Amino acid sequence: MSKRVVLSLLVASALSTAAFAEEPKSGGVINAVIQPEPPGLMVGLVQNGPTQMVAGNIYEGLLRYSPKLEPLPGLAESWSVSEDGKIYTFKLRKGVTWHDNKPFTSADVAFSIDFLKQTHPRARGNLAQLDKVETPDDYTVVFTLKQPFGPFLGIFEVGSLPMLPKHIYEGTDYKTNPANNTPVGTGPFMFKEWQKGSFIRLVKNPNYYIKGLPHLDEIYWHVIPDAAARAVAFETGKVDVLPGGSVENFDVPRLTKLKNVCVTGAGWEFFSPHSWLWLNNRSGPTANKKFRQALMYAIDRNFAKDVIWNGLAKVATGPSASTIKYYTDKVTTYDYDPAKAKALLKEAGYKGEKVRLLPLPYGETWQRWAEAVKQNLQDVGINVEMIATDVPGWNQKVSDWDYDIAFTYLYQYGDPALGVGRNYISSQISKGSPFNNVEGYSNPEIDQLFADGATAFPDSKRDEIYLKAQKILTDDVPVAWQLELQFPTITRCNVKNLVTTAIGVNDGFRDAWLDK
Amino acid sequence: MLSFIAKRLAKAVVVLLAIVVFNFMLIRMAPGDPAMVMAGEAGASDQIFVTQLREKFGLDQPLPVQLYRYVKGIATLDLGFSFRQQMPVAKLIAERLPATLLLTGTAFVISLLLGVLFGTLAARFAGTWADTAITILALIFYATPLFWVALMAILLFSVSMDWLPSFGYETVGANYTGFAHVLDVGAHLILPATTMGLFFMATYARMTRASMLEVKRHDFVKTARAKGLRDAVIQRRHVLRNALLPVVTLAGLQAGTLVGGAVLTETVFAWPGIGRLMYEALLQRDYNLLLGVFVVCSAMVLAFNLITDLIYRAVDPRIEFAS
Repeated sequence: MSKRVVLSLLVASALSTAAFAEEPKSGGVINAVIQPEPPGLMVGLVQNGPTQMVAGNIYEGLLRYSPKLEPLPGLAESWSVSEDGKIYTFKLRKGVTWHDNKPFTSADVAFSIDFLKQTHPRARGNLAQLDKVETPDDYTVVFTLKQPFGPFLGIFEVGSLPMLPKHIYEGTDYKTNPANNTPVGTGPFMFKEWQKGSFIRLVKNPNYYIKGLPHLDEIYWHVIPDAAARAVAFETGKVDVLPGGSVENFDVPRLTKLKNVCVTGAGWEFFSPHSWLWLNNRSGPTANKKFRQALMYAIDRNFAKDVIWNGLAKVATGPSASTIKYYTDKVTTYDYDPAKAKALLKEAGYKGEKVRLLPLPYGETWQRWAEAVKQNLQDVGINVEMIATDVPGWNQKVSDWDYDIAFTYLYQYGDPALGVGRNYISSQISKGSPFNNVEGYSNPEIDQLFADGATAFPDSKRDEIYLKAQKILTDDVPVAWQLELQFPTITRCNVKNLVTTAIGVNDGFRDAWLDK
Repeated sequence: MLSFIAKRLAKAVVVLLAIVVFNFMLIRMAPGDPAMVMAGEAGASDQIFVTQLREKFGLDQPLPVQLYRYVKGIATLDLGFSFRQQMPVAKLIAERLPATLLLTGTAFVISLLLGVLFGTLAARFAGTWADTAITILALIFYATPLFWVALMAILLFSVSMDWLPSFGYETVGANYTGFAHVLDVGAHLILPATTMGLFFMATYARMTRASMLEVKRHDFVKTARAKGLRDAVIQRRHVLRNALLPVVTLAGLQAGTLVGGAVLTETVFAWPGIGRLMYEALLQRDYNLLLGVFVVCSAMVLAFNLITDLIYRAVDPRIEFAS
């Protein structure tokens, strides 16, 4: 079969070389913060943020991604796609072993796919177009799709599709396997110790398949539940790394002004955290398109960006973040214009009905933001009632559609088919999840566009489809897009090369080193 | 005395059962369940995922069945399995208990000793500048929010002076042993134990002062004075001893809550204790873990109430056990 090589190892090597401008030094220990404490480290079973952050050192995926979301070699050293876009052939690295010294082979890949389809809701969705997995030899894996799936090469990072050891899990009850407490991966660091409530300790994998890596001897992940205490731990030199979101936003400017402190906003390109207000399209004032448009004009998003988020954000223009594929800003835009908002409210026939606003219970920054939005809405005459919840209560209310306006932010996973469509297509209207089409927006044209966009091949066709979808959505305003969020990673300046890929700290500390 | 203890124990079992049932129902009235929380944390979820979790945790069963299973477990001293931490609840509590007892026990001792001492001094020198100073300080410590005191203590002693560690139970990675380890843990203990102790010290001081002033007015004190006893003896033997009963009551109540830890102190100082475990379990709707902590804490409160009654007898021999 004629094949087209998508990206060669040579290009990847060149990218990696560019990142190593300084000569790395070996040895040393990094202390980082993790919050909240992860429930487990077996990333095939637990997919929350802290788990992925720690487990990204232990486990690996077939691919990694550059900040421009181009695939880079991971456990696969090369890959190719058939001309019809339905067959993907991966060549695995040779000489890779699990932390218990058993060899990593294509059988592990096939097993992992089967495992994750049972336990990993996002992988289950990403693999919906997968017809079969074949392993013609120990180092070749062939994925055959039912139909082309545009973002297929974008689903192989460690959090989305981690490789799991077949020899440990095959024939066992995955959820109760004792190995879940002592995770075994192929990654640059091995699990060593976990004192619950205090720290997780990882040590260097001496048999890592890339010679000279990792540079560090150990990583300690400290569990510090209070945001102010985390900031102090960094300030007093007890920790070296504050991954994005570890401290309250208003502490960031203070910490980054300290001596020998460096900051980067990179490493979030794949996730692209995008915030918006869910607007209940089913009933109440928010069911009216003009009311929803009025909200967009009523909210001063630049104020939120500059004051609430200290400039660590970008005003969102629509359903896609500017960092993901097929983004366009050639859409209907909504600048802060209270007069226009009032006029639209009048056209919508709004009579001052009470509107329930649910803040996101993720800390002080989010609370302040909700208060600012409430003030904006009251200024144009909207009667707002703030409903306080904790995280489980928020999940429950949003999943049960029991709200009028609700704050949220979600990851976009680099591609509209992976992280955008789910919030707007009508097949995703289903109670029980705070991540799907929670607002209840239903538009057959949008359904068709996202269906076509996911399966269009080659890529050039997708561009046109998603451009159209973004235009329709920004006109309909099913939700009120707010900000593209930035969660800066703050480190001591002697921590080098920590963030090198599109998933940043979540990709592990493989390339990081300490300049002593 | 034995029959008194046996009767109190029998009552305690009934009370404990009532507490378990009440808490079991109360927790389930809060919105959201562990499956929803874990699905929420996964960054993506579908109905299959939530259903899988509910089945795994037994949350798909009717509430009476869940309650029956839980009570049956408690009867065999099985506190169940933590949904989120993926560990037996008893093991989790046992892991955190030493740290909590060290923190709360130290705070308890500091607060009791200093509280009674300052309360006695304030009563002895009532109306003088010493009394005023102690009363004002006690009022400040009593009224100031604990988390604020904690943060100010961290700013002063950790950030500005760099004298004491700001978080944790020990220096992670230092691998101290023997006396060096004791010193290391001690250094980590100073700020949280003192912060927590200040509040209780204030309550003991106020209570002791008020109680001693009350006792001082009684006739037997006048008699003792008329007999020509030295003031120190009167204060110690007649006034303080009689004034201690309400302090013992208060101490008994506080001692019962020691196992429950200190949510705020443990959170601010990242102290790996039961209080934090309970707080996190509540936020994550980790029903079994939360109930497990409640059961252990309730049992301790009941036990300390019994011990307090026994101490009453020792402090004041006039008190007799109800037969």
